[in-house]
Amino acid sequence: MPADLRTKIGHLDLPSPILTAAGCAGTGRELAQFTDVARIGAVTTMSVTLEPRAGNPAPRLAETPSGLLSAAGLQSPGVDGFLRRDLPWLLSRGARAVVSVAGHTAREYGELATRLSDAAGVTAIEVNLGCPDAAASGRPFALDPGAAGQVVAAVRGSARYDIPVFAKLSPEAGDIVSIAQACVTAGADGLSMINTLPGMVIDPVSLRPALAGHAGGLSGPAIRPIAVRCVWQVREALPDVPIIGTGGVRTGRDALEFLLAGAKLVAVGTVLFHDPSACARIQRELEEELAARGVDRVTDIVGRAHQSAGYAAERRGWV
Amino acid sequence: MAPVQVRGTVLTVRRVDAYVAMTVVAPAIATRFRPGQFLAVAVGGPASSMLARRTFSVHDVRPDHGGTVEFVFPAREPGAQWLADCRARDVLDVVGPLGRPFPVPRDPASCLLLGVGPGAAPLFALASRLAERNCPTDFLLGAESADRVFGALTARRTGRSAVITTTDGSLGSRGSVTDLLPTVVAQARTDVIYASAPLSVLRPVCALAARYAIPVQALVAEPPMTCGTGLCMGCVLPAVGKDGITRMVRACVDGPVFRGDQVRWDDVGTIPFDALGAPGWKPRPGPGGAASEERTHAG
Repeated sequence: MPADLRTKIGHLDLPSPILTAAGCAGTGRELAQFTDVARIGAVTTMSVTLEPRAGNPAPRLAETPSGLLSAAGLQSPGVDGFLRRDLPWLLSRGARAVVSVAGHTAREYGELATRLSDAAGVTAIEVNLGCPDAAASGRPFALDPGAAGQVVAAVRGSARYDIPVFAKLSPEAGDIVSIAQACVTAGADGLSMINTLPGMVIDPVSLRPALAGHAGGLSGPAIRPIAVRCVWQVREALPDVPIIGTGGVRTGRDALEFLLAGAKLVAVGTVLFHDPSACARIQRELEEELAARGVDRVTDIVGRAHQSAGYAAERRGWV
Repeated sequence: MAPVQVRGTVLTVRRVDAYVAMTVVAPAIATRFRPGQFLAVAVGGPASSMLARRTFSVHDVRPDHGGTVEFVFPAREPGAQWLADCRARDVLDVVGPLGRPFPVPRDPASCLLLGVGPGAAPLFALASRLAERNCPTDFLLGAESADRVFGALTARRTGRSAVITTTDGSLGSRGSVTDLLPTVVAQARTDVIYASAPLSVLRPVCALAARYAIPVQALVAEPPMTCGTGLCMGCVLPAVGKDGITRMVRACVDGPVFRGDQVRWDDVGTIPFDALGAPGWKPRPGPGGAASEERTHAG
């Protein structure tokens, strides 16, 4: 019998712990050509900003070993465009929408949370803390506990009480646990990790950086061990806070790894560019991986890797 | 029709001059295909370290084996080399057909098909479709050297006329397609130009065509695509919508075929200051901020 993938976070009931990661599912329409968006846990949107943004010029992406370097520059239709076109479409298809929000000041984030709360149908808000902080000469919010906490507090203060707020953390932070603690103290209902790692590719033909924006964010299976380590550390410090694990998930086994490290939900990102039907496949593979280990419910396995070796041996059958 | 993701069996891999031509059995793609559309192929196998799909214009579809698609590429980078090393009966993960196809005229019109290098490949399926509509077709093909001109023989056989030009003069006349364009257009009394070439060629072709008031349907090969499906937002270029507003549109979804006067050729690779959402851009005061409302509809 396939394992039960239903997952509950607070009062949210999701049919599966597999989500799409922010900025990797287009508007949802592109993905829906290959996957039934209603059957995955939720669709995380690309980061929505207050005003429309054109983003960076091309080239925006470069291939790296088992990864992609990207600097799309937060191209966004703006919150008006999103609420008018993209959100209603997602809801019409029966998808649950986790809306990623981005801004340059805590006020912008707060305003976005207000606008999203006024619209019906937002499942959760994910705060993209990877944006440059205008007040700290462009340092990302995610690198400073104070700045991250302020943004999360602004979102939590403006969002409707029944919309959970997740803070997306960066692996670049020296001490990710302190940032996680600051976000939870500021009212985050959950944490999402990890965002991309900064990197650069130089084009051997043009002898210049391959991306128009020079540096970019590295994602994909290349960064998965870093993401698993971050999830592990935060789970160790804050065992009761729900975590969305993301970073290079490609197979059901990869998703299992994040669940074992302590993530309640797992988001699939860059791999969608390679395989647009990856979410459905990973869900199927995860069911098989759980069944092969005699696990009936996916929630039973969350954080399993933190149990002592002796206890695990007692519960035989764990591969 | 919506694209599909299929596991297609390689039927043949053969060298054609400087290129590799690959035929894959993919009935679901072949039946949906319209000229100008492309495929996105995963390279390197299921656990590949190469995450970007390789995108190729479809050269030809045939009804044998339920439906096959053929594409042509230079085996220059490691992903394309991996494909070139595939053998018959290997299985590939292929998504297609993707993108906006070439629109074809309703009534017979004199069509010029301009292709540079492997960019000529998608023009032959278009030529058959135009022939069905009784449109006379003229070819203007170019490349650096004779072995990089794709389809010269077919063009001579199927076109009303075919002019070949190479940079080194090893086939046809020496020079570039833009040198010969005015002569060819005048002789053929061209009504429409279909062009598939690098940006450096499309830019002057569209400028010349605008001078003669000839509409152009341009198939862009740059910026390079990463996913081909519209998810990654990588292949953006500035294009003017029907409402006169410039937006950063994805070549894979809104293209790869654009009307020549819609793309801001001189601004490709930049964010024009007046593009929707450019730095410093302010929403225009107006009813409901119509600026962000309409998507670009090419054609």
